[in-house]
Amino acid sequence: MTIDPSRIARFEHGSRIPGWDDAVDLEKDPAGVPDPASTPVPEDLRAEIEAQMARYPDRRSAAIPALYAVQRRYGWCSPEGVEQAACVMRVTPGYLTAVATFYDMLETRPVGRHALYVCTNISCSLCGADELLAALREEVDGDPDFNLRGFECLGACDIAPMASVNGQYVGPIALDEVPELVAQIRAGEPPLPAKQLERRPSADPKAAVHGGGAA
Amino acid sequence: MTDILLLEGIDEPGLATIEGYERRGGYQALRKALRMPQADLVDQLKVSGLRGRGGAGFSMGMKASFLPQGDMQKYVVVNADESEPGTFKDRELMQKNPHQLIEGIVIAAYAVGATKSFIYIRGEYEHQADVLDAAIAEAYARGYLGESVLGSGVTCELHLHRGAGAYICGEETGLLDSLEGKRGNPRLKPPFPANQGLFQGPTLINNVETLSTVPHIVTMGAEEYARIGVQNSSGTKLVSVSGNVRRPGNYEIELGMRSRDIIYGLAGGPPEGRDVKLWFPGGSSSPVLTKDDLDLSYDFDTLAKAGTMLGSGAIIVVDDSNSVVDVCHKLAKFYAHESCGKCTPCREGTSWTVKMVGRIKDGTATPMDLDIMASVQEHIIGNCLCVLGDAMAMPVASMIAKFRGEFEAQIEAARERREQAFLTGVGA
Repeated sequence: MTIDPSRIARFEHGSRIPGWDDAVDLEKDPAGVPDPASTPVPEDLRAEIEAQMARYPDRRSAAIPALYAVQRRYGWCSPEGVEQAACVMRVTPGYLTAVATFYDMLETRPVGRHALYVCTNISCSLCGADELLAALREEVDGDPDFNLRGFECLGACDIAPMASVNGQYVGPIALDEVPELVAQIRAGEPPLPAKQLERRPSADPKAAVHGGGAA
Repeated sequence: MTDILLLEGIDEPGLATIEGYERRGGYQALRKALRMPQADLVDQLKVSGLRGRGGAGFSMGMKASFLPQGDMQKYVVVNADESEPGTFKDRELMQKNPHQLIEGIVIAAYAVGATKSFIYIRGEYEHQADVLDAAIAEAYARGYLGESVLGSGVTCELHLHRGAGAYICGEETGLLDSLEGKRGNPRLKPPFPANQGLFQGPTLINNVETLSTVPHIVTMGAEEYARIGVQNSSGTKLVSVSGNVRRPGNYEIELGMRSRDIIYGLAGGPPEGRDVKLWFPGGSSSPVLTKDDLDLSYDFDTLAKAGTMLGSGAIIVVDDSNSVVDVCHKLAKFYAHESCGKCTPCREGTSWTVKMVGRIKDGTATPMDLDIMASVQEHIIGNCLCVLGDAMAMPVASMIAKFRGEFEAQIEAARERREQAFLTGVGA
């Protein structure tokens, strides 16, 4: 029996599972563990994933580190990259894809190389995070180099409204600093150095008064 | 009584390095602990009355004593997936004083007889992960970690595992599945992790702040530690205050402090001319309190009696310039996004709540929607595999109960607008 994939009804509103809305070849057998003989894997990627696998009692624990390695190399968890990681880990590509789709930081579609996450959770939105995200959207203006997205609580409510710029926490960001921030990211400079979380002292006055003493 | 242990001198330059930590007397507690029998250590943890700082508030000593005796492979897992909205205390502890945490892990691992430990840190904390990685390497080099800790013959291996952005991985069994390389779906309990946890082995899972407190308990003695705080809530606690306050940040308090003194005294209260409308006492999962509750003592039992919880110690203050409907919508959207989808009440309940609050927001709801919404919350609470569903249902239900008038007013205003528009249309 042949199945015409275009005639299979899909939900109109779409699905958040990548690939679900695309027509698939339903006659194809599910992919097994990739054959090492026919799957070329770059040596450094193999070495990195194997080093991760050695750290755990069960090799599958290296799923997230392996996908991070793929993402660093290819910019996203591309089907070829996932297949290579699956080949090294001796699991099916489907297994790794299932893991990748679960986590927000693993990209299953090609994205820009500058990750710019704006926290839009309760504390930040009370301090104007939605306006910040809108301003950044306008400033970035669809630049494909940017992966700009609203993100769930990033755990930095003390510097709200804030953003994570390629992993660097910056805040509080005033709306008039948005053009400067985006320009710095484009130029590859450190984002708003004076407002980086790493340099922020503790808010608790007692932490400064006491000092020394037992650990 | 002392009210500063964890944050003491935390901004001291070089504290994140092993030299800086040792200069302050670091790793002396570990030396002391290694001379004590394991059972005594677990007893000390029980006597100290230390309750878990991650959210559930379960006695750490009790949890440690649930692990079976024997030679099987046991694990200690550190929950550093701090993802409860409003919480950022572990971030500061890991970034500025990583060795305090490592010392706590080694002591806990020795106490329960675990030879392998993992720190599961959320993927977003890249800087903190780098700091911890460096600290772990230093601790291995100095012999605080490895096959024979300080030559005592006790083995303690420690690895850092980075997550990749999923709130549910802060739930202990979801975290274990994620650490095993699966999707982070929570497991059915029992069996509890103390019996069957990571890789089916007995596992002790604790929060970063809980384990960072352990060296202090060993140093000062459990009886001494138990004298800090109030009945059933001993010790100090980091509170993360955020939202509409003038000085947001982490503050260390002695448990039992008046909530008003935390919000107004330490964090400076809402901006000029504004008043507290509602506040979350323990992260966004805790049922909300109003300004009438500001005089409650901030400890586990008092907050539980007030129908809410201390949770992770994250106070989010919302002032009277904000609409409770907006807050409710934000909150529900977050939980709907983070629901893992494994069990039905949570997966469906969260997404329907978002739709219903959204209708109230855009003015297409009817008063009946409020009752349906309240009943959806009732059907979620207690019917899920883990507490994520409850974590949305409890605050949403409390907001509907305490601010029903505001929800109704918004629905009524929208109805009037529609009616007016209709009449204008008919007249034209």
